[in-house]
Amino acid sequence: MTARIAAGIVSLGLSVGTLACMDFYEVPVDVPIQAKLDVSMFKRVLVAGFLAGGSRAIDPNTETARLLRSQLRTKSDLKVIDADVLSLVDEMDRRATADLPISAAGNEGKIKNSKDMEAYEAIFNDKEFWKKIGEEYQSPLIVTGSVLFTEVSKSGMVSTVAPTAGPDGITTYREVQQFRDQKGFALDQKFVFIDGKTGSLLHSETLHSDTYYPSTQNTPALSAYFELMDKVLPTFLTTLNTQRIRGTRILIK
Amino acid sequence: MRTRLWLAATLILALTTPALADRRTEAKEYVDWGITCAQKNLWPQAVLQFVKATEKDPSYAAAWNNLAIGYEQLGRFDDARKAYDKALALDRSNQFIRTNYDQFREIYDRQNRRRDR
Repeated sequence: MTARIAAGIVSLGLSVGTLACMDFYEVPVDVPIQAKLDVSMFKRVLVAGFLAGGSRAIDPNTETARLLRSQLRTKSDLKVIDADVLSLVDEMDRRATADLPISAAGNEGKIKNSKDMEAYEAIFNDKEFWKKIGEEYQSPLIVTGSVLFTEVSKSGMVSTVAPTAGPDGITTYREVQQFRDQKGFALDQKFVFIDGKTGSLLHSETLHSDTYYPSTQNTPALSAYFELMDKVLPTFLTTLNTQRIRGTRILIK
Repeated sequence: MRTRLWLAATLILALTTPALADRRTEAKEYVDWGITCAQKNLWPQAVLQFVKATEKDPSYAAAWNNLAIGYEQLGRFDDARKAYDKALALDRSNQFIRTNYDQFREIYDRQNRRRDR
């Protein structure tokens, strides 16, 4: 045992000694992480529109198209095409026969959940439809997908920090568990990237994000929507753009 | 018999040590120059120097470590991983190499997750 400890100490001493003698240079590095999608063959991008559903408090189709266009304008080299936002839900309903609509819910809240959404998602594989749209705008990269923005609620134990005044008058803080009702919003977002020349699907990415507030707090739906989109936007942008990660490394002699 | 063996071993050591030392000295010169290039952000040139250093002395862990960093900076992640593996195989206890490798793995794993999707 003593021999092992002695060997450990000698080994530690040697490695410390080696590091102490070693010349080292810290250098900044800027490491590129390649974009998931090679968009070099496209010069333009069309954010066409989205299958939208869930809460009627906002129009997720228009809001998402507007937000993505503004993000792409500043953070991508592609030229963003200004065009009317397509209503893909209406497009799918037009295709369905009058006797057999995809959804029988009427105009109000056609898509309420992800199961309703699935029935409409066939549009992403309709090459002819996307090819036709692509021809209108000189074969751009087409960004589409689905947005399901729903109101959610949950009840349960939430940990909070509560102040406690001690006998000496000093306030201390401790973590306490409280039962709370919470409400909030969930965003189920699917981004679909389509080649405007062939109409074929290039890449798709599904993301989920949710946020909860105390039930007493009145948070506007639009504000919650932007909060949730802030979380998914980096993933969307890195699909198209090469990202660079800055850090440091140690060169040694 | 034993004395002869000792003599032979000493002779071999005496002959090979200067040759190895020469190799290391030359490799160090490449590494020095590579570090200068890297500090001036001339990474392609730095990588060339580190490659020469590893060719000159393949047992030089520092050269492999520096080469791995160079490859990383150029986005050649698979080459960087091989170079880090080599550096760690030669000097597993080196904390500088381990730290560099741990930081690289975060990026490497992330990049591979993206490719798998």
